Amino acid sequence: MPKVKDICRHVRTKNAGPFWVTVDFFYKDFDTYKEYKDSEDLGPGLFARLFGTDPTSIKRIPVDSLHMVKVSYVRPNAQAWKGERDMHSGQSFVRLLDIDVRPSTSGSAV
Amino acid sequence: MEMTYQRLDDEVVIIVPTGMLGAGISPEHVRRGIEQGAAAIAVDSGSTDSGPSYLARGVSKMNRESVKSDLMVIMAEAYSAGIPVLVGTCATSGTDQGVNWTRDIAIEVAEELNIQPKIACLYSEQDKDTLKQKNKDGKITPLAPKGELEDDVIDSCDHIVALMGPEPYIEAVKAGADVVLGGRTTDTAVLSAVALMNGAGAGQSWHAAKIAECGGQCTVHIRKGGVLMRVGKEAFDIEPLDLENQTSPETVSAHMLYESTDPLRLTEPGGILDVTDAIYVQADDRITRVTGSVWNPQPYTMKLEGARSGPYQTIMIVGIEDPHVLANLDAFHDQMQDLLTQRIASGFAEETSDFDVSLRIYGWNGTSGQPVPAGTPPPRDVGVMFVVTAPTQDLANRMAKSCNPLFFHMPMPGHIELPSYAFPFTPADIPRGQVYEFVLNHVVHVQDGLELVRTGWVDMKKADNMERTHA
Repeated sequence: MPKVKDICRHVRTKNAGPFWVTVDFFYKDFDTYKEYKDSEDLGPGLFARLFGTDPTSIKRIPVDSLHMVKVSYVRPNAQAWKGERDMHSGQSFVRLLDIDVRPSTSGSAV
Repeated sequence: MEMTYQRLDDEVVIIVPTGMLGAGISPEHVRRGIEQGAAAIAVDSGSTDSGPSYLARGVSKMNRESVKSDLMVIMAEAYSAGIPVLVGTCATSGTDQGVNWTRDIAIEVAEELNIQPKIACLYSEQDKDTLKQKNKDGKITPLAPKGELEDDVIDSCDHIVALMGPEPYIEAVKAGADVVLGGRTTDTAVLSAVALMNGAGAGQSWHAAKIAECGGQCTVHIRKGGVLMRVGKEAFDIEPLDLENQTSPETVSAHMLYESTDPLRLTEPGGILDVTDAIYVQADDRITRVTGSVWNPQPYTMKLEGARSGPYQTIMIVGIEDPHVLANLDAFHDQMQDLLTQRIASGFAEETSDFDVSLRIYGWNGTSGQPVPAGTPPPRDVGVMFVVTAPTQDLANRMAKSCNPLFFHMPMPGHIELPSYAFPFTPADIPRGQVYEFVLNHVVHVQDGLELVRTGWVDMKKADNMERTHA
């Protein structure tokens, strides 16, 4: 089964203000984008599991023209809290790279 | 493919020389923009990216020398060309004291250049009583993930600023300002102001400003200087200031994704920019043209940012190459965490139970704090950072000192004598200062973009009129 790093040419994470993190999945090409963009393996459950976020607050916006999907989630603690390790959440993307992804139609509920 | 660039016949040209005042501005770039008929130089000087410390303390992240050096370039070129300089979100967070800090640098620059600009200062820091009244009137509403605003949250803030739109800048330029120094402002508002003032399309002005907000970030060679916004009524062009730099529809459109949760709709003071139907095309080998940007006016709101100061931290750092530790890093972490927590809990029981110990093992899982997959081989070397958080700096310092012997010498199974981990400094405990926190994510509803903004003037043409006060 392909992993995120196999189907995306680039994945990045960045703070979007102090309370949100935004993830950009840039798929390899338009066909890959179409095949995987709605995969449930990349659904709210994944972000709850990896980042401790509330799955109901997740925003997900596919952008066909750039064959990318933007997912934004609420930080469980605001930027700069006493246990902060990554102010910009700029390293959070690494946790996503090895996630197994099934195509959109066959993804399991998470 | 050779393409002949056709300028928009109704363009308003704005120079955006850098994404951040103080990052470095090339005089050649600015002169080139002026030769192209620029109506203004606009630059952002702020960000919340680096955390709440700057707003809570009202101080600049950028050093004074770098800000002065950039102001020297743009004030000199703009003054001789007779066009205004607009600076948004002075001193990182745009507090009143940050505006005044920048104003004093600008005065010094003007004196050294022997020029006499009229300087407008726009203040958007908010006093707590005004905001409590707005809150009482139901004029403050939350943005996700925050809830209703409580007055004690307002009281807890060290500084609260409201994000300005373009209107105060436009008023200041119309009133004859050569230099406008703004408090907290959206990045896009300071860049779009003069285009909007001169009749460029609203969707085009806001969209161009969003693309240009980080200077060269929307170009191919992101470190080669800023960009020109050429804004017309139906289209806008983005051109790098450096002749050897390029933009493409990809580099320009990709910038809409940056640091925003929605790449197609951007909420700004007084409206929403909608780029759902925007079309990006190559206008020549360096320039990208954009059409289809839409501005939807909305009731006027200003976003509020507030920061407060919290507890204090003291840190210690060691390096470890000892194989007895590296072979059992998770056990080492857990044992150290338990021992240090117990030591502080018992040693400070009479003073406080309010403390937190955090150990971050860099080279293993220090960056994420997440469990390492089973079977991961030991690294050659790790750095361990100890962080204690307590209500005062003195307490944090004393707690760190009490942990010092264990942190440097805790033995693991296999050690035949007390190990000494590699600590690089003496004293080894480093008072780190305070933890700061952003606490507001709300908007305030206002009549217009000027209601909560105050303007002050320094007219250097009039030596006797150097009152540096709020209007």
